[in-house]
Amino acid sequence: MDFKLTPKQEMIRKITREFAEEYIAPIAEESDQNSQLDPRVMEEMKRMGYFGTCIPQEFDGAGMDTLSFSIVTEEIGRIDASWSITTGVHASVCAFPIYRFGTDEQKQEFLPPLARGDRLGAFVLTEANAGSDAGGVETNAYLDGDEWVLNGSKIFATNGGLCKTLLCVTKTGQKGRRPELTIFIIDTDTPGYSVGVKEDKLGCRASNTSELVFQDVRVPTENVLGGIGQGFRLGMKILEYGRIQMAAQTVGLGQAAIEASIKYANERVQFGKPIGQFQGIQWKIADMGVEVECARLLTYKASWLCDNGLDYGLVGSMAKLKATEAAMQATHDAVQIHGAYGLMKAYAVERYFRDAKMAEIYEGTSEIQRMVIAQQLLRGGWQL
Amino acid sequence: MKIFVCIKQVPGITEVRVNPKTNTLIREGIPSIMNPMDKNGIQLALDIKEKHGGEIIALSMGPPQAEEVLREALSMGADKAYLLSDSAFAGADTLATSHTLSLAIKKILSEGKEEEIYLVICGNEAIDGDTAQVGPELAEELGIPQITYVRKIEMSGEKITVERVFRPEEIVIIETSLPALVSLLREINVPKFPTMAGIVDAYEKKEVNYLDSKILNADKAKIGLTGSQTEVWKIFIPERKGEHIKLSGTIDEMNRELCQRLKEDKIF
Repeated sequence: MDFKLTPKQEMIRKITREFAEEYIAPIAEESDQNSQLDPRVMEEMKRMGYFGTCIPQEFDGAGMDTLSFSIVTEEIGRIDASWSITTGVHASVCAFPIYRFGTDEQKQEFLPPLARGDRLGAFVLTEANAGSDAGGVETNAYLDGDEWVLNGSKIFATNGGLCKTLLCVTKTGQKGRRPELTIFIIDTDTPGYSVGVKEDKLGCRASNTSELVFQDVRVPTENVLGGIGQGFRLGMKILEYGRIQMAAQTVGLGQAAIEASIKYANERVQFGKPIGQFQGIQWKIADMGVEVECARLLTYKASWLCDNGLDYGLVGSMAKLKATEAAMQATHDAVQIHGAYGLMKAYAVERYFRDAKMAEIYEGTSEIQRMVIAQQLLRGGWQL
Repeated sequence: MKIFVCIKQVPGITEVRVNPKTNTLIREGIPSIMNPMDKNGIQLALDIKEKHGGEIIALSMGPPQAEEVLREALSMGADKAYLLSDSAFAGADTLATSHTLSLAIKKILSEGKEEEIYLVICGNEAIDGDTAQVGPELAEELGIPQITYVRKIEMSGEKITVERVFRPEEIVIIETSLPALVSLLREINVPKFPTMAGIVDAYEKKEVNYLDSKILNADKAKIGLTGSQTEVWKIFIPERKGEHIKLSGTIDEMNRELCQRLKEDKIF
């Protein structure tokens, strides 16, 4: 067993850390308050290839393994969760599924602009009456000649207002009591597509979360991903992969909370000594360290399983659950350690705390992760 | 055209700790980085290559762990990298270092099919030793023109025209033909971060070639500790005395205030 990262992975971490600290950190607070992603950061991230990390170089991506991708997401998440969710969602649940399940024609057409970041991607499932219950999707499509005609609306779509290519989970029929779901690749320039309300959120405020509306959006049959009626199966697989990145970004967020707490605990003097010398603070910092490191190990293991062609679904869910709850606890304690300063916008831990709460809910709530994990365990799907 | 860029791995902080018994740097716990000016060197080479073509060759002398800075140079876009690594090179002062570097450059040039013009780029100095000597000495070893303190460079055909910072706010424009060596200042450009694909390629498609004293056919008397003409007696951090005061205003105002303070402190 070798826990050592390769020199390549170490370099990816180093460069991404330097980039995130230089470009994103100085404007993270401002972006959070304005609810806007900074265009200068966007341009540099495109140039550096952060939108095509896990896409092969033949499609203009970087050609990275999943563990390297997770390290990138962790390092960006360590500075600003709004950016890590933007790139993480784009690459893991839009670009990568097209690479994994798409036809050669779909890859040629859609992947290069996604990998270059020229077109931002999204994956949309959640609706007013469907989210945790994917089977409740009401956005529907019917076949008219060689085109599918989509109608309905999606809510809480990450990257929704900015994306140019999206994967849309759509109901295309009924099989007994279960709806037949299909995923369409949709170009947002298609007539009938529009962006509704842009949400004003608790955390990850700079990332774009929007309502999307489909009114007689005509999609050619060539844009079906993975076959008609494959939407549920594919959707679950897509989210399985995405969870690793959601875990990775909250490992970064938890790490940020620990680093801020350590710095503050060593500097802040009360009762004649730095507060880090009081046991009450020490125990919090110890627990934060343990929890975040557990989450990191699970995240790296899920990435490693994926890179080695092994089943990563269960460990990926464990990683997402552990990482988001570890980040929630770590950011909660970080605010507590900072006292009243931690409540102020001037201190980053205030933002970390809000961003962590988001992570426990998006891309499969903690409850859904526990359901997924329990189902697999009860089926005996986990053996040593 | 071959563009050689000399890079050095240095400790990542400017105020290092010194072991008082051995007078050597304490390197534990201090990350190693590419000397910042050398990053500008790689960027300059990339800019020249983009306009005029050429092959970028990064060179470094150091222990095997210096491979990391060469991989970073490859990630930024250098085409080839050579690490001059041998226990016989250890303890080299600037003279022995520049001699060894010159052997490597001559060897790489001799391997080419035809005679090529070349440019050698060095950072003006490294942030650890701050000698600013390796560049000029390397030019002497190679027998080529050298221009130091370069803040701008233009190339046309086989000629380069550079702006050299002679004194603060005094620029000298110099033209020379290639081959030549330039040692540059940080203001020459802003190095770009490597791309993700660049990093992947640096590890999966490119190589760091190791050169030792045998391959370079080096004369033992001219390399490493034995080839060094200088000896370090002591390394220490200067004691900070008194306060740093910054004056502001017009030159006259600042002059007046300075004189006043010097009188008060009984220096005048």
